[in-house]
Amino acid sequence: VQPLAIIMAYLNASRVLPISNHWKSLSRCITTMVAKRSWWCDVPLGPPDPILGVTEAFNRDENPRKMNLGVGAYRDDDGRPYVLPVVRKAEERLMARRLDKEYIGITGVPDFTRASVRFALGTESEHIRNGLTTTVQTISGTGALRVGGTFIHRFFPFNKVIYIPSPSWGNHTAVFRDSGLEVKKYRYYDQATCGFDFNGTMEDLKTIPEKSVVILHACAHNPTGVDPKQEQWQEMSHLMKSRRLLPFFDMAYQGFASGSIDRDAYAVRLFLGDGHQILLAQSFAKNMGLYGERVGHLTVVCESSDQAKAIESQLKIAIRPMYSSPPKHGALIAAEVLNTPELYDQWLVELKGMADRIISMRRKLVESLEKEGSTRNWLHVTDQIGMFCYSGLSQQQCEQLARDYSIYLTNDGRISMAGVTSKNVDYLAQAIHEITK
Amino acid sequence: MSFFRNVHLALPDAIFHISDLYRADSHPQKVNLGVGAYRDDDGKPWVLPVVRKVEATLASDHTLNHEYLPIDGLKSFNDAASKLLLGSHSSAIREERVCVVQSLSGTGAIRLAAEFLMKFYSVKTVYLPRPTWKNHFHIFKSASFSDVREYRYYCKSTRGLDFTGMLKDLEKAPEGAVVILHACAHNPTGIDPSKDQWEKICNVCERRHLLALFDCAYQGFATGDVDRDAWAVRLFAKRGMQFLCAMSFSKNFGLYNERAGILALITGSSEEESAVRSQMKKITRALVSNPPNHGARIVATVLNNPALYEEWKQNLATMSGRILHMRQLLYERLLALGTPGTWTHILEHIGLFTYTGLDANHVERMKIIHHIYLASDGRINIAGITSGNVDYVAKAIDETVKALPLDGFTDPH
Repeated sequence: VQPLAIIMAYLNASRVLPISNHWKSLSRCITTMVAKRSWWCDVPLGPPDPILGVTEAFNRDENPRKMNLGVGAYRDDDGRPYVLPVVRKAEERLMARRLDKEYIGITGVPDFTRASVRFALGTESEHIRNGLTTTVQTISGTGALRVGGTFIHRFFPFNKVIYIPSPSWGNHTAVFRDSGLEVKKYRYYDQATCGFDFNGTMEDLKTIPEKSVVILHACAHNPTGVDPKQEQWQEMSHLMKSRRLLPFFDMAYQGFASGSIDRDAYAVRLFLGDGHQILLAQSFAKNMGLYGERVGHLTVVCESSDQAKAIESQLKIAIRPMYSSPPKHGALIAAEVLNTPELYDQWLVELKGMADRIISMRRKLVESLEKEGSTRNWLHVTDQIGMFCYSGLSQQQCEQLARDYSIYLTNDGRISMAGVTSKNVDYLAQAIHEITK
Repeated sequence: MSFFRNVHLALPDAIFHISDLYRADSHPQKVNLGVGAYRDDDGKPWVLPVVRKVEATLASDHTLNHEYLPIDGLKSFNDAASKLLLGSHSSAIREERVCVVQSLSGTGAIRLAAEFLMKFYSVKTVYLPRPTWKNHFHIFKSASFSDVREYRYYCKSTRGLDFTGMLKDLEKAPEGAVVILHACAHNPTGIDPSKDQWEKICNVCERRHLLALFDCAYQGFATGDVDRDAWAVRLFAKRGMQFLCAMSFSKNFGLYNERAGILALITGSSEEESAVRSQMKKITRALVSNPPNHGARIVATVLNNPALYEEWKQNLATMSGRILHMRQLLYERLLALGTPGTWTHILEHIGLFTYTGLDANHVERMKIIHHIYLASDGRINIAGITSGNVDYVAKAIDETVKALPLDGFTDPH
């Protein structure tokens, strides 16, 4: 603050004020001068993103054998981003059509919306046939969760509390808190077995207050890779029905987990068959590799087609002040793939290709660890499914991997299998064996 | 068992509804003056030639992929957009004081601003011009602002700016209140303050420590001149004000459905900029995780390439030129018909929209008798007028105004 400016302001003010007010006016001037500088000096610097921190450390490292096991996107066997050939094909077809760039409706591209819910619930779905679903296009899975959270906050007549598994995707908490909901956890991961804590989940589902909302990862749980078995899903469904819990499925990996789109949608379709009226968040980020185009949907299953229309109208009201209408580009690509038989078939092959590569890397890692002579139980690596593997490594061990081997993963021991290739899997096995033997 | 029996059917969005009614009408001479997008002289949507060119280039570039953007968006887009807004000689940019976050077009930018202000700004009062884009209310309400007020803006009797009323209301606003200002081409009236009036508005904001949030959805589209359209924003920057600005590329790039925009916030230092951006990223992460790639990529490619940039400016001139021409034609037709009232405001208003002065009764008559669709507040989208339908539109207005006299209109002569 320039001293001259203060003096000038003071002199200016003092001309009209009696002597006794001079000191008051001087301090007011200084306050004004200082206040004019910035409103934002009290905004605290936010904590660094933990996953970003992994990537940054990886980028800085000059070891040619370095590995980035924090990446949340699929990589091919050369460790490179993968644009599905069928996606390129769909894009070429779209370019040739020379479409306009007009606003799409608040709920998105209808061809895509219809195909998406059919993809999730199955082409034979009687819920769709009877008009009992309402589906809106959203900003990928995150957007679906946020719109769903907002809808729940506004219209769910019971506890504004949502239960997420422990652990869950880190962003679940932020999304639902900002939606105005309280976020609580239910037991899910068993650290001792690196597997599913079925008993813990069932006990918690028994004690969660009736008429609460419960987030379920439909398949390929993030971050653990641990999914319930089909019989376990059945028991969870019956229990949740009897306790009147509202299931909100987060399905970000349909087809990407096992390679079979029907198998990955088992839980969702089971719950619908058992009579639950679910919410469902869908993402095409991973299974179509459309990450940055932000392609997803929120579906609400209703008890009547009138209710579906009413709910759709309220979802639109939630969306309008968020972003008015969703982006079209990714939606058009996805619609083209879903609705064109030969592209759809090609897509299923490429999707299975991605899933198979991940599954084979899991197998190779375990084989390699055994070859190294590891006596630890690594069964969970192949039992777990999807992009991520909760290795069971401790925070110290993760730090050691980074420091001594230039292998970067998050401190919870989560390995992104997408970062593993046939060329580096042996190095990874060596390193893990060294620090765990 | 249903948890949502209490959910009632909501009324459809008013503006989208007009287009629905228009689509359902089979009258051969129907005209849609309610749509909020540019149309060419055949009444068709227009994809900017430079956008088509760039899209084709991007599609054939196989080095590009669909990976996630950073939470705060594509850097080349953010940098180019803020430079476009504040000018290449901006000291705020040079001093790294400008926080820029990519957003879901203008709506997303204002939502991000509202959420940020609710969390980090001490004054929870926001002022909107009367009238303003209706979604402004919804956005601030959804960000939990309960103290939403209006400042006078539109003067019915002159079809112009109620500048005295505006200044009085801003003068009385609580210190530090947030004030929405339309940077150019006010929606829905088309009325913009003059340079002199902007200086006075800036004075009040400075004196009362009002926090301006500019809604800039028409830079380059309003007059065809990107610098002229950004004049008010740059005035505030030049005067050392701290403010926010939401930018949309829907109209000036015709990228309506790709949702490309930014929120810019001028802070006091680069340290503050880092802190502000980190908090904006947190908010964005919980809304959308990260913004969509496609539209930002197109804009960044154009703005960062001198030849494409020139081509874009020509496309801007085409759009803004046609709008000006239609304003001229409509005005001349109304004059020739001897339509009661004065219609010079059609020439004086700027941008896509004009507040005609027609009221709800006129609007209803225009729809029922003439199959011409416009917003119930009398707003028309000039781009809905073509050389092919301007006669029809003028005659319809003439007939309507002669059948139902204009209310509250004072002939300045």
